[in-house]
Amino acid sequence: MSYFKIETRNVSLYYGNTQALKNITLGVPENKVVAIIGPSGCGKSTYLRLFNRMNDMIDGVRVEGEVLLNGKNIYADGVRVEDVRKRVGMVFQKPNPFPKSIFENVAYGLRINGVTNKRYIEETVERALRQAALWDEVKDNLKKSALALSGGQQQRLCIARALAVEPSVILMDEPSSALDPISNAKIEELIWELKKKYTILIVTHNMQQAARVSDWTAFFYLGELIEYAETKDLFTNPRNEKTQNYITGRFG
Amino acid sequence: MEHYRRHALKQRLYDTLFQVVALAGLLFAVMVLMWLLYTVFEDGIGRLNKQFLTSFPSRRAEEAGILAGMVGSVLVVLLTIVIAVPLGIGAAIYLEEYGRKNWFSRFIELNIANLAGVPSIVYGLLGLGLFVRWMQLDRSLIAGALTLSLLIMPVIIISAREALRSVPPGIREASFAMGATRWQTIWHHLLPISFPSILTGIILAVSRAIGETAPLITIGALTFVTFLPDDLRSPFTILPIQIFNWISRPQAAFHENAAAGIIVLLCITLLLNATAIYLRNRFSR
Ligand SMILES: Nc1ncnc2c1ncn2[C@@H]1O[C@H](COP(=O)(O)OP(=O)(O)OP(=O)(O)O)[C@@H](O)[C@H]1O
Ligand SMILES: [Mg+2]
Repeated sequence: MSYFKIETRNVSLYYGNTQALKNITLGVPENKVVAIIGPSGCGKSTYLRLFNRMNDMIDGVRVEGEVLLNGKNIYADGVRVEDVRKRVGMVFQKPNPFPKSIFENVAYGLRINGVTNKRYIEETVERALRQAALWDEVKDNLKKSALALSGGQQQRLCIARALAVEPSVILMDEPSSALDPISNAKIEELIWELKKKYTILIVTHNMQQAARVSDWTAFFYLGELIEYAETKDLFTNPRNEKTQNYITGRFG
Repeated sequence: MEHYRRHALKQRLYDTLFQVVALAGLLFAVMVLMWLLYTVFEDGIGRLNKQFLTSFPSRRAEEAGILAGMVGSVLVVLLTIVIAVPLGIGAAIYLEEYGRKNWFSRFIELNIANLAGVPSIVYGLLGLGLFVRWMQLDRSLIAGALTLSLLIMPVIIISAREALRSVPPGIREASFAMGATRWQTIWHHLLPISFPSILTGIILAVSRAIGETAPLITIGALTFVTFLPDDLRSPFTILPIQIFNWISRPQAAFHENAAAGIIVLLCITLLLNATAIYLRNRFSR
């Protein structure tokens, strides 16, 4: 059994002939938040999407190395992607609720798993919405279209949707970059809460955010993992010159 | 300065000229249509009674009716919908969501686009060879519906693919990221979201089908039918054929029948379109 909840071992990823990730070895311990920072195009999103195999959907992608969830390679033969994705939830940069009711958005994960017990679905939807700190705002309008919510509410709805199926890992790709400061603060608070139950890997462009929410931080540059350290160390005492330049705003 | 002023003046002149031409064109088209409708209604409205709607064709104009053509047209079109819509949408789903994007799929794509432009009489000949002769369906309702299905399927496939493609990629991603299978994503999201646009394509296709005459004449729909089809293998006739038959007779009384038949055809087309538009508006919240 591996020490890490999720990890990559010597993973390289190619989009056709261009290499987007170079030999990356990195692990996330259970119930920790790890932030990935780095300049645009350095492979942060690509790295994140390894863990729920969303890169598979892009033509011409090739992955080398091992990506482990609970110590098991999720790219091994015989692993169903759908099963991986049920255990690894994802929140995207742009809120992407389904054009359905708030209730149906959160219930979706249960429905596709064949759950039909109405009571159970209702309870789960409420629990997920509470966990995502959205329940009080929407409990009287569960039938309303999710598209009528504000951007920040939509993003928390997307978090609730991911939480409803009780994944053990949550991937977040710049979850609050499209939101106002207050929604942003709410999401960060939420991440603190969620950490108790989930392992979280979050990509962010906002270094204050990385400093606030994460236990460990990884700095990526041009597809390489440059430095990976405890967040407070990485920001106060970076060992690599590139990291130093990046966090002091000298490039990126 | 002078040069610019003159240039601006010239442009404005062109502008006005174009408006006048466009308006004239529009008025001409509307007037022709109105005149057509007017003459049809003037000739036909008197014949449009219960006897006309419930009688079979006859040698005597005043005893003749549209029943066989009306029922035939409606049945053929309904059957065509039942056959072509599921197949067309299924093909679109396959090509758009399952099929690999390679030279073979591009080849199929190109062929479908070309098929949409093939003259309808060619489909008639194909239907005659394939359904009537080879499959020995004879000149039956089902042979007619299959032929029309071939005719409208390319249009349905193309518009359904277009509709599927225009679903925002975020929806697909979100569904797959939740662990949904391809089919679950299609069923829960892609089809409901693209349904209104798919329906628009179907409306266009079906409107075309109901007016098509050539392919059904080719496969041998009859012109003188004094019974209603009782199963899929029955011979049949359709409205346009009946109308054409009446128009080609010398007696004026038959021409009135033809005019009344045209009114019925117009009404059915409008009814079909209205139903489809109603459905579309209901589903596109
Ligand atoms: N679908 C794709 N096809 C081909 N190349 C891609 C694709 N997606 C990303 N890339 C390339 O892979 C590299 C890493 O992209 P990625 O999206 O992971 O960067 P990122 O660090 O998330 O950037 P950002 O901060 O702007 O979101 C980039 O050079 C990009 O051009
Ligand atoms: Mg990114």
